[in-house]
This record gives sequence, C-alpha cells and structure tokens, in this order.
Amino acid sequence: MSATILFWSISVAQVFLALAMVATVYRMILGPRAQDRILALDALYVCAMLMLVAFGIRTGTTVYFEVALIIGLLGFVGTVALAKFLMRGEVIE
Amino acid sequence: MRHILPHPLLALALLAMWLLLQQSIAPGQILLGAGIALAASRAMAALQPERPKIRHIGKIIKLIGLVTVDIARSNIAVTRIIFEGRQRGQTDGFLTVPLLLTDRFALAILACIVTATPGSAWLEYDARNNTVLIHVLDLVDEATWIDTLKNRYEALLLEIFQ
Amino acid sequence: MIETVDTPVWAAILVSVLVLAGALLTLVGCIGLARLETFYHRIHAPTLGTSFGTIFLLLGSVVYFTVTNQRLAVHEVLVFVFVSVTTPVTLMLLARAALYRDRTERNGNVPPSADPDYTEQGQR
Repeated sequence: MSATILFWSISVAQVFLALAMVATVYRMILGPRAQDRILALDALYVCAMLMLVAFGIRTGTTVYFEVALIIGLLGFVGTVALAKFLMRGEVIE
Repeated sequence: MRHILPHPLLALALLAMWLLLQQSIAPGQILLGAGIALAASRAMAALQPERPKIRHIGKIIKLIGLVTVDIARSNIAVTRIIFEGRQRGQTDGFLTVPLLLTDRFALAILACIVTATPGSAWLEYDARNNTVLIHVLDLVDEATWIDTLKNRYEALLLEIFQ
Repeated sequence: MIETVDTPVWAAILVSVLVLAGALLTLVGCIGLARLETFYHRIHAPTLGTSFGTIFLLLGSVVYFTVTNQRLAVHEVLVFVFVSVTTPVTLMLLARAALYRDRTERNGNVPPSADPDYTEQGQR
C-alpha cells in the first residue's frame, strides 16, 4: 500500500521536475539575452539537483545526495563565473 | 584561546559540516573533523577577515522566523502573479531605499534576505549615498515596501550588529 | 524500484505530499521563468524553487530516510544550507550584470546609477 503511494507520488513529482526543466530549456533557447540564458541555466541546475533528491528517495539510497551537492556546487560556480564574464568580458554585444 | 582557535564559530560550523557529510558521530570522525576545522580556521585567520560583532543571539532566531514567514507569504503571492500573467498589467518597479545599516555583514545578510524572498530582488548597493536599488515584482505601494524593509529587517539587523 | 522497508502509510502519505508540493512549486517557478516578460520579472521566478520548493522536497526526503533507516537523516540540511546561501549570491551577481549591460547599452527603462563616476567607468 505505502509502496504504491510512494511510487506514484514520486513518479508524478519527477514528471513535474522534468517539465520544469523543459521550461528552463525553453527560456534558455529563446533568450533573448545572455543574462536570461544564464538565469535559465541556474534554474536548470536547481531542478537537476531536486531531481536527484527525488531519485534518492525513489531508490532509497543516500548516494544521490553527494551527487546533488556536487551539482549544486557546480551550478553555483558556473553561474558566478558567467555573471562575472557578463560584467567584464563582452560588455557591448 | 584566541591563539589556538582564532575563529571558534567557523571551526564549529566546519566540524558540524564534516559530521553531516560523514553521517556519523564516531570518535574517529569527530577527531578528524576537529583537525580539519582547526586547520581551516587557522588558514582563515591568515586572511585576517573582519570579525562580525554579534550582539543579540536571540534576535537572530526571531529574524529567521520572520524571514521564513515572509518567504512563505511571498511564495504564494508570486505563484498568483505567474498564473495571472499579462491580464493584471504592469505593477513591477524599481525602488531606491535609503539605509541606516553600514556594517558589511549586516548588509550582506539583508541582501540575501531580500533576494531570497520571491518578489523582491536586491540589485545594487551604493556605498556613497548608502542607498540600495531594489526591484519589486508587485509594487502596489512604494511606502509599504520601504516600511517593511526598514522596520522588519533593518531594525532587527541594527539591533543584532550595531 | 522502491525498496519496501515497510514504510507506515502515514509516513508514505506525508512524504508524498511534501515531495509533490516541492516539485509543484519548482514547476511553477520555472513556468514563471518561461512566461514572464522581462529579465527583471524573471529573476523573481526561480526563487520559488530554491526557497520552499527545495525545503519541501528535502523535508520529504528527511521524513522518508528517518522512517525507513530508523535513524535521523540529516544530509539534507547541508543541501538546504548550501542552496539557501548560494542562490541569493548568484541572483544578485546576475542582476548587477544585467543592470550594467542595460545601462551601457541604454536600453529599457533602467534607473540610472546613483554613482556620479559611473559614466566614465562605462565608457572605459
């Protein structure tokens, strides 16, 4: 009984998160400007991290948390670097 | 004491993080974590950072509670704005708020609070005039926003840090 | 797929509600990211996912692992602290970058800088 509830709810949650990722990719493709794309990339990282947390609950293992943490770290560093690049790199398109 | 453990809070936080990552409180892990925390906090002391002066520990808990409630409330508000979309017209706007805070740590915390709350984002701090530029998604009344920011958060942060 | 370590029904329902709420909030945030019109609108949307979206999902995970493993799963605290500390920083940096770019190109109705030295810096 409880296994069925968990299976279905986590599946639906993963579908929600996948749709969220689709929405961020849509914004990333549409732009229109570099900062919109970077913002979308950051949101995509967060969605991926949450997806891994959901996966961790689904499989009942804690290994995915380390992966989630690493993805969070990479997303942070990547977004900061890109934002810095926007400030210093190509100022005028 | 200060010589051996230059940043006690940082060391404690690092030890806690180590134990959380290892998911155990075995004596060996505590020893290892303590060693790492000690080494890292001494490395931090070599950078000679400014030391924040925290006055009221109790107020910090009050601040955390306040922020949690506000974030919950603005989560609901922003959800509504997203689904109402274009029909409601333009209500967003930029807002310049004069601040009394000058402590760098307090300003950093205020910036994090404002940005973490959906519906308001900290854009730019001007150190010369001590003002901050904020973008607000639902700017119905400027005075209310300035009042919330100054009386709810800034007053508390002033009590904690200055 | 799911290892059934006989989870009690109340725990399963609680975990389901928390996980679904978290995922739904994140989805709403990302829909907002896709739907809202300007960059300064959009910058508000992802915080839905990073504030309560993350909190709910992680709470669900805490409940699940605490119930099934018979011990307190506290790993999630780290993820939460990390996310709540880093998102404001990235958003602030991005907002400043966007503001800087919009000002140097003079597009949109962005307020001018309060700093009088600004234009000289912009032209350099």
